[in-house]
Amino acid sequence: MVPLTHYLILSATLFSIGVLGVLVRRNAIVVFMCIEIMLNAVNITLIAFDRYLNQHDGQIFSFMVICVAGAEVSVGLAIVIALFRNKPTVNLDELNLMKW
Amino acid sequence: MIPAPEIDLVSLAPVLVLSVFTMLVLLMDLFIGKNKSGLVFISLTGLLLTAVSSFAKTDWPVRSFGGSYVVDHLSVFFTMVFCISSALAILISIEYNRREKIRVGEYYSLILFCTVGMIILASSTDLIMIFLGIEIVSLCLYVLAGIRRGDVRSSEAALKYFLLGAFATGFLLYGMALLYGTTGTTKLAGIAEAISSGQMSSQPLVLMGMVLLVLGFGFKVAAVPFHMWTPDVYQGAPTPVTAFMAVGPKAAAFAAFFRVFTEAMPELASSWDMILSIIAVITMFVGNLGAIVQTNIKRLLAYSSISHAGYLLIAIIARNSLGGSALVFYMLVYTFMIFGAFGIVILIGREGKENLELEDYSGLGFQSPLLALSMSIFLLSLGGLPPLAGFIAKFYIFQAALNEGYVILVVLAVLNSAISFYYYLRVIVYMYMKEPQGEFQITLTPITLLVIVISVLVTVELGLFPGPVLSLAQP
Repeated sequence: MVPLTHYLILSATLFSIGVLGVLVRRNAIVVFMCIEIMLNAVNITLIAFDRYLNQHDGQIFSFMVICVAGAEVSVGLAIVIALFRNKPTVNLDELNLMKW
Repeated sequence: MIPAPEIDLVSLAPVLVLSVFTMLVLLMDLFIGKNKSGLVFISLTGLLLTAVSSFAKTDWPVRSFGGSYVVDHLSVFFTMVFCISSALAILISIEYNRREKIRVGEYYSLILFCTVGMIILASSTDLIMIFLGIEIVSLCLYVLAGIRRGDVRSSEAALKYFLLGAFATGFLLYGMALLYGTTGTTKLAGIAEAISSGQMSSQPLVLMGMVLLVLGFGFKVAAVPFHMWTPDVYQGAPTPVTAFMAVGPKAAAFAAFFRVFTEAMPELASSWDMILSIIAVITMFVGNLGAIVQTNIKRLLAYSSISHAGYLLIAIIARNSLGGSALVFYMLVYTFMIFGAFGIVILIGREGKENLELEDYSGLGFQSPLLALSMSIFLLSLGGLPPLAGFIAKFYIFQAALNEGYVILVVLAVLNSAISFYYYLRVIVYMYMKEPQGEFQITLTPITLLVIVISVLVTVELGLFPGPVLSLAQP
């Protein structure tokens, strides 16, 4: 069996990739995808702990995270489209009507 | 096989009642045609019944769903604050929406759904439930911030809020996952037990989880350095939504913040009270100093709300029962001050021109003295001038912190209160000591005016006679 630490390192790496992506990339859709990577990294953590502790709470938690991530996608993409109709860009640097 | 949890629907009464009414609003929207004012009555009835049904259980604290939901002093009082703030938000929206041509029925149901999330957030004692509550609240707010679909600013605010909000959710979740992994439970009481008996598998991971939780909650309550979204979102969102965001969801996030840190991690207080103290101090300074240079009234109030988050953090740092009741009392008072102030901001604007610059307030004192007087009362109360309610609220928070010996923190907070008068008085100077820039065309719309009158009365009343309400807030 793969030890817990390996899973934790994997999820921490994925989480950091997500965080870096959010901070570095300027395309709203890509930033959004990086946030999804972060959420899925958390899912890996939850499931790994769950298996290690031999419990169920973490699985339920990760289902909730998946549900919420789905709801977030629908709201987020709708907002991106609403913005795109007013101003045809997805570049975050061009969203400067108000001081960032 | 997982045993089925004990289901206690009576303690969930407020959530259920409000959910039913929210769906009713959503359904009725399809049938009532273009004029959406009928929805207002359903929404307000729903909020009233929610407030009543929160007393369905009276032998507090009642724990249900295997200890993941609790009805106690804090949650019931917070439910009251949420009902009041949502009702006021709906009331000041009616005429604003008519003027700005926001003709969507979902507006009201979103506010109500958000309220459901806030009640869940204030009453849950389980990390999963807290996460769900935060997400219900946030998702509704993302949509509400961008509800003016034709307006670039509104959409821009929604996108910024959404991206940063989801980013912070990631951190919050990671913190929760680490806490769960190290203590083996998602219940706040269980986590506290595991930490105090030393059964956690790894101390560093618990501390990391705690720091990530501070980050996630810090974003939701707009504490520095996670406050960057606040001014932009407050400026871009429709004014009633801004007022709502500054009060209800913030109160809910503080309730959960308070619960998680005082109920799950009291043993780690020595590590988190230092972090929170530093955050509280820089939040107050950045909020107050940032507000001084603002020329837009909504941005000014946004920075002022950042600084108020700093004062409220002190109530969490104090972590005693006085801190809890000071927190709810502050939020109650804050609700009225903010809705009053934003009500006036709405009245000053007119169709096609929102008049949000401070210049637009020049000479208001001569043109409509009563409106200017009310605005002065709200601003001075926000600053904490005795005998207004804002002073009493601040006083109790500082008292709670002094009882625990945080003298330096309180001194810095009082200093900040003094700084804050500078920019509140600046608005008052504009109103009373500058010549009017142009003709005011203020239409005194009755319902918005009603909100302002209620807010003035409560702000003065709670300042002069805080006793009865305070005794309700105390466990």
